[in-house]
Parts: sequence; C-alpha cells; structure tokens
Amino acid sequence: MQEVKDRAKQLLADGTVNRVVGWKAGEFSYDITPAVFTSAEEIDKDFIYNDFCAPNLSKYLIKESRKEGKLLVFLKPCDTYSFNQLLKEHRILRENVYVIGVPCTGKVDIDTVRAMGFQGITGMESDGENVTVHTLYGDKTVLKADTLGDKCKTCKSKKHVVYDELIGEDGEVNTDGARFELVEKLEKMTADERFEFWRGELSKCIRCNACRNVCPACSCENCVFDNPASGIQQRAAVNSFEENMFHLIRSFHVAGRCTDCGECTRVCPQNIPLHLINRKYIKDINEFYGDFQAGEDTETRAPLNAYTFDDCEPGIVYSRGGNE
Amino acid sequence: MMFRLPVNRLDDLFAAVSAVNSLYLPVDGNDGRASYKKWVEGTKLSSKLNTVRSAKDFFFPQTTNLCDFNVKDKEIEVIDIRADSEDFVVFGVRACDARSFTILDKVFLADPIDSYYATKREHGTIVTLACTRPEENCFCNVFGIDMTSPEGDAACWLTDEYLYINANTGKGTAFIDSIKALLEECSDEDVKAQQTTVKEIAGKLPFAGVSTDYFKKNTLLDIFNSEKWEKLSESCLACGTCTFVCPTCQCYDIKDFNTGHGIKRYRTWDSCMYADFTKMAAANSRNTQMQRFRQRFMHKLVYFPDNNNGEFGCVGCGRCLSRCPISMNIIKVIKAFEEE
Amino acid sequence: MHNETLIPKIGVVTDIRQDTPDVKTFRVVGTDGKKLFEHIPGQCAMVSMPGVGEGMFSITSSPTNTEFMEFSIKKCGVLTSWLHSMDVGQQITVRGPYGNGFPVETTFKGKDLLFIAGGIGLAPLRSVINYVRDKRENYGSVQIVYGSRSKDDLVDYQEILDEWMSCPDTEVNLTIDREQEGWDGHVGFIPNYVKELQPDTSKTVVMCGPPIMIKFTLAGLKELGFVDTNVFTTMELRMKCAIGKCGRCNIGNKYVCKDGPVFSFDQLSELPNEY
Repeated sequence: MQEVKDRAKQLLADGTVNRVVGWKAGEFSYDITPAVFTSAEEIDKDFIYNDFCAPNLSKYLIKESRKEGKLLVFLKPCDTYSFNQLLKEHRILRENVYVIGVPCTGKVDIDTVRAMGFQGITGMESDGENVTVHTLYGDKTVLKADTLGDKCKTCKSKKHVVYDELIGEDGEVNTDGARFELVEKLEKMTADERFEFWRGELSKCIRCNACRNVCPACSCENCVFDNPASGIQQRAAVNSFEENMFHLIRSFHVAGRCTDCGECTRVCPQNIPLHLINRKYIKDINEFYGDFQAGEDTETRAPLNAYTFDDCEPGIVYSRGGNE
Repeated sequence: MMFRLPVNRLDDLFAAVSAVNSLYLPVDGNDGRASYKKWVEGTKLSSKLNTVRSAKDFFFPQTTNLCDFNVKDKEIEVIDIRADSEDFVVFGVRACDARSFTILDKVFLADPIDSYYATKREHGTIVTLACTRPEENCFCNVFGIDMTSPEGDAACWLTDEYLYINANTGKGTAFIDSIKALLEECSDEDVKAQQTTVKEIAGKLPFAGVSTDYFKKNTLLDIFNSEKWEKLSESCLACGTCTFVCPTCQCYDIKDFNTGHGIKRYRTWDSCMYADFTKMAAANSRNTQMQRFRQRFMHKLVYFPDNNNGEFGCVGCGRCLSRCPISMNIIKVIKAFEEE
Repeated sequence: MHNETLIPKIGVVTDIRQDTPDVKTFRVVGTDGKKLFEHIPGQCAMVSMPGVGEGMFSITSSPTNTEFMEFSIKKCGVLTSWLHSMDVGQQITVRGPYGNGFPVETTFKGKDLLFIAGGIGLAPLRSVINYVRDKRENYGSVQIVYGSRSKDDLVDYQEILDEWMSCPDTEVNLTIDREQEGWDGHVGFIPNYVKELQPDTSKTVVMCGPPIMIKFTLAGLKELGFVDTNVFTTMELRMKCAIGKCGRCNIGNKYVCKDGPVFSFDQLSELPNEY
C-alpha cells in the first residue's frame, strides 16, 4: 500500500517522528516480521502493509515508546483496542507515539491456507476478494474470506478507537455477536465433555510462552511463571495440573483487560484455540456486568476492578450449572 | 537389499510391528496438523510432510524424571528411578529429523553419556520415510541431507502402489527380518525413479541455493561481534517456540518438584531465548534479548560446528520458519550474513 | 544400565566454620565417613539440597587432604542461604568432580607462582595453594596477594596466619579496601597493590575474584609485562548439568563447566566477552 509508505516517509522527513514501527516483508509474501524503520531507504526496501500483516504492533510500544524521540506506529482497528488498553495501564508513553490508523479487511492466515490442503506455498497475492496461492505444485485462487485466521473470521470491530490520523475510511463496530458462537457451543456441552475438550487442547501445550509473550495484556515486568519465589516457576508440562493452570491463571489475569485481539491463538505452534478461554470471560463479563469492551476507551473502569451493588453474587455459578 | 509391501497392506505391517513392540508414527489431528501417536488398530499414517513437534521427543522428552529424594530430618535418601526402556519403533521419520539424532548423539552420548537418552536410543528403532512433496520451508539440502535417501535404521519410500524398505543398520536388518513374512524382495528401480523426480523438485526449492559459507570463512569473534544481531533480534518475543519445535535444540533445565510425598528431580526443555536462562543470584551473562537471540544462532551456526568438525547444528527441517510468531528464523539470519 | 552422573551421592556435613560474616566453610564426607571422590585443584562439584536447589561450587580443600572435602560458600541466593542455615550432621547431595582444574602437574610444575585473589575468590585458589604447600618441592616460589573489603571479610584468615605465612619460600601480601581499627597491614585495592608489589614477570599468575577486580588487575599485570598465556583464572556462570550438555554456561564454544572453569587469558581473548 503505497499511501502508507509515503506517509511514513513524509513524517520521517519532516521530523515529526524519528522512526517507524511497521511490518517488514519476508522471504515469502506472508512471513511478515514487525520491524523498526529509520530511513526512507529502509521503508522503500522492506516496509509492507497488505492483507498478510497480522502481527499486532501495540505491545512493542511498551519498549519502543521509552526510547529517544517520537515514533510512528501503524495500527489496525483491532490493534487500537490493545493500544488503548495499554495506555489505560500506563504502559505506553502516549506523547512519544504518533498513531496512524490503517484499514483492515481481515488478514490471510498461512496456517488456515495450509489447512485447506495447500503444500509448498511460495507466495500469495490478495486483491481483497480473492487470494491467489502460488505453490511448488501449482497455483490456485481461493476466496479471501476462507483464508482468514481465527482472529479475523469473527472480527469484533473495523473501527479505530484511537489514532492521530487515519488512512482510508473508518469502519464500524461489529455487533452481530458471531465471535461468541464457539463459546456458546462449548457452554452447551456437559461439564465432562467440556473438560475433555480442554484437556485435549491443553495437553498439546509445549509451554513455549508464545501466547504469553505476544499478548498485549501480559505486560508484567516479571511474570509469576518466571519467578522462582512463586513456587510455580516450572515452564514445562510437568503434569497435567501445571499444564491446565498456566493457561487458566493467565486467562484470569487478563480477564477484563483482554481486548480479544486473537494473537494468542495466531501464534500458538500447537494450534490451541486459546482465544476461546478469553472470549468466554468476555462473554461472562458482558452478561454479569453489562456490555464491556476492553480497550474501547482509556477511562472506563473495568468491571472486575469496580464494585457496584448491582454486581452479581459469586453463587451465580450454581444457577448457571456449575458444580457445587 | 530392497523389499516391498503393497500399500493396501500397510495396516498389516503396522499391526505386525505393534504386536511385538510399541509403534509410533505421524498421525493427522483434527486440526490438520500431524503429531507422533502410538499406533492402534485404525490409526492412519499422516498425509502431512512432517509433524509440528520434532521426533526428538522420543529420546529427549520435554520432561524426564531424573531421580527422586526422600528427605527426613537431616537425612536424605536418593532413589534411582531409572527403568530399562521397552523396545519401540518410530516409523515415518523424515531425513531432517533422522539427521537430528546424530547431532543430539554428539551431545548426549559424549562423555559422560546421558543414560536417559542413551537407553532410549538403544531401545528405539528408527524407520525413516523419504520425502516426496517437500514444502517451501524445507532446506535440509543446505546441510547436505538427501531427503530422498534418509538415514535411520531402515529407510522407506512410499509410492502409489508400494512401500519400499531398505536396511541401513543392523537394527534395521533385524526390523526387516521381523516383518519379512509380509515383504517381498524387489529391485530398487521404482525407488530410483522416485528419487530422481523428487531431487528435481528439491533442487528448485526456494532455499536450495542458500550458502552457509559465511559461517565457515569468518571467525567466531567476527560473527559474534557483528552489528547485524541487533536488527535481526529487534522484534523477537523471547518465547521458546523455535527452541521447542527444533529437532536439534537440546538445552535443558533441572528442577526439583516437591510433590508433598517426596521430591522429584526432573529435567525439562529450556530455551536460551528466555531471560532467566543464564541468570544467577548476582549476575546474568546474557542480559539482553539480542544476546540471547545471538546465542541460539551462534550455537547452531558457529559454536556447534567449531566443536564438531564443521557440522552445523541445524538440519533444515523448516519448523522455526513456519512456527516463529514473528517469522524470524535461521534462514533470515543466514541470508543477512551472506548478503555481505 | 549406564552410570549416571546426574544422580548425586549423599554427603554428610561434619563441620561448619564461619569464615566471614557471609562466608562459611563446610566439611563434607560420604555416609561411610570417607571422602566422596578424588579431584584436581580447581575442580568443582554440584552441591544440592533436594527441593531447594543445586549449584556448582569449587572444592576448596586440597586433593592432598585424604579425609574430607571442603566448600567455602558465600551466602547470596536461595540455595546458599539454605546451606548457611544448616547444622552439622545435615546430609546434602554432591556430584562431581567437574571441570578441568588447574594444570598443577604440567604447566605449573617448577614455576614461581603468584596467586591473586579478591574476596570469596580465594576459595577456588585455596585448593591449589594447599596442594602446592603439600608438594612444595615441585614448585618454585609462592606469592599470595589477597584482599577483601575488610579484615572480617578475609576468608581463611586463621589458616593464612597460622600456616601459609610460615611456609618456606612463601610470601603473603594481604590488603583491605579501607582503613580499619586493629589492622596495620596494607590498605588499598588489589590492582594497585599488585602494581606496587612489582612481582617478577616470569611468574605464573593464578587469579580469581570479582569481574571488576579481574579486569583492572589484568590490565595492571600487562603493564608490568606479564603475558596472557601465563595468567590463569577460574570462571563462574550459571550451571545446571555441569557436564556441557544443558547449554547455559558457554562462553563462545567453550563450556565453563566442562572446558573450564580454569582458563588462561590467551584462551579467553579468543572468546566472546560474554561473562
């Protein structure tokens, strides 16, 4: 997208910013790496913004916004929620960041494409409607809608909630509730079935910490799971208890702060649908305390951080079918 | 000597092997990704090129119980919990993973040998499977590995009609002898034909021409002190995905776990990418992510070769290419240096 | 079944000596009352309290001691704090010996030796010094330059006074960082003291101490005309396996636990400065 590149170069040239946090093209069209660009030459050579730029850049700003000078960052609609949430938690220095909102119509996910049966994918092109997949064994065009990753299939919003300027038209918040469909399916299972489902998924975990390290809500300076004094600094799957608890404790810790950016599931090497745990909490929070979207703004107190007389009683779990 | 078995009798083969020993093979999960599973009636061999996790798990599992302790007052009892492994067969290992075992051997079987690993190696028979449809991320040929002629105790080739098998070692011969009733001796014509076809594809792979010369020609200190590491590592998330899916990564941690009934000392995979990997009470020899990132690639491309007659510590399986959350990987590192 | 070095032996603590406010020396034997294993000066052992932790410590007693092994340990983390809290009779686990040790039977033989230690850095050198004392005829002159923050922080002070100072052809130079009541010896940092002492540059140097001391002392030695090949040190990095497999204590392609902990400075000069 030339417009994005040009604007980045302009802002560098006029001194508004001294560096640009964006996406760098890889060996193929789809292996994108977040990167910092400091010159027009670097931007011309490597900068890219297209239907493959899935990584959420917000979390990098915790570190980057503390460096010398102002930076430019490009944020997709869903990334702006993470950005806002980090602002609310005082993790990003806002005055050091210039935000340009960039439009997004959903990102093509290489693993989704692979699961469609493609092998040896040497490149992909998207025109917004269709994706042409080039492989070692021939080319084929498929519908882009079919190639989206989990995070994009049920997009929560095409609206930027924070920016200094926008490129393209802003979109709307998606209110169709489609993102909770799988959660509802899990809720309809019996407790045993659900337990089996999650044991099956979580037993695949290799405790690589990719989900935690990519998560914008996981911004603790020293994670409890890395702290020798915690007694739970055991990064490997020593037993199934440890395996379960890592994800459950982590998801509880981000409950009410998770914006549902879906990065956890996108990066999981074992394809565990981790975002479904977070979405369950989001859905519960909506039902218990009224609709709430983390990262929508920087002021509203999160339901789990604010007590009101209308709050539901803990006993509500029993009326919802929980085990006594 | 080449033997073969009609493809429609694969299940009979697996059943025959399973009747004697545990048999593990790649199986497709419901999410379309393959992992090694124990064969039971009805298990189908994966259609994927390779498993997400490597085959190192069989010899170097993610966790190993090293020994147990009972502590009572001032006394300690050390309990050697090691049991002899049962014999087992791993079927369908690709050429890259097969080579990873010889690399792991150089670490774990070096004096003093690691008995946990050694025991599993002694009891495991590796039956490899030649690749027919390599992926774009494959670059085993960069490290001199022939995907059409895998190492291992016995090597197999799968065509539309037959599974061909040929022994590479004594263990492989014993394996073939154990299933001989199902096999017929044959010429290697079909295998050679398949090899020619696949080699042609292999030669055209995107990374087929990647050179590792830079790492052979330059000194350890020159590579270590290069300015390139800073940029290459800048967006590393410091997770351990590359390490844990890598077939040759073998760094580990040793920890104690108080179960309430005694203390288990166990070892787990660890990653040099983690901040606490080298952390001591008072200091940390690798304080920055750049240093930790550099360590991982220096280990594979410089340190390991320096200690092992130039052999690189990478087998080009491509797992880190497909699994790194930010798509930074050993190919990008090698190419960044080769650009000079 | 193969032998397994990762499975430790049981050691019994038979004596605990408070050396300085934060250093204790532990005497250890096997459950049969005998020495657990033989070692070379400079080699280390993994000492552990199950459930607390395991760590690499230099064996500070000399191999010529046929009865027991000693470890001088500074209290600085979880494991060392636990070790400091234990009483005589406590069992611990020990495995080893690990590492290369000092070349006492080759390079050092017949040489004039200069030992330079700072603080707890004396611990790994004590093994060599006592070894040399016990085989005095095999070595030339011995000079020991040892410094600490204060008189109270000098490890093995009594042994130094009673035994080392009375040993033939042995010169002991002590220093502390700041003036202190009851101290009429030298005051000042080790790097400067070494320069003042003007040791003969033909001596073989064995040095151990905090990184900052090593850095400046090495610079001072070079100024005096010492060459890297004649200066040895012993390193400490985080270790888990102690056998060159767990992957964390490397400096470049060398593992401190296996290829070290003893290195000469010409070896280190070819390795990355990552320690």
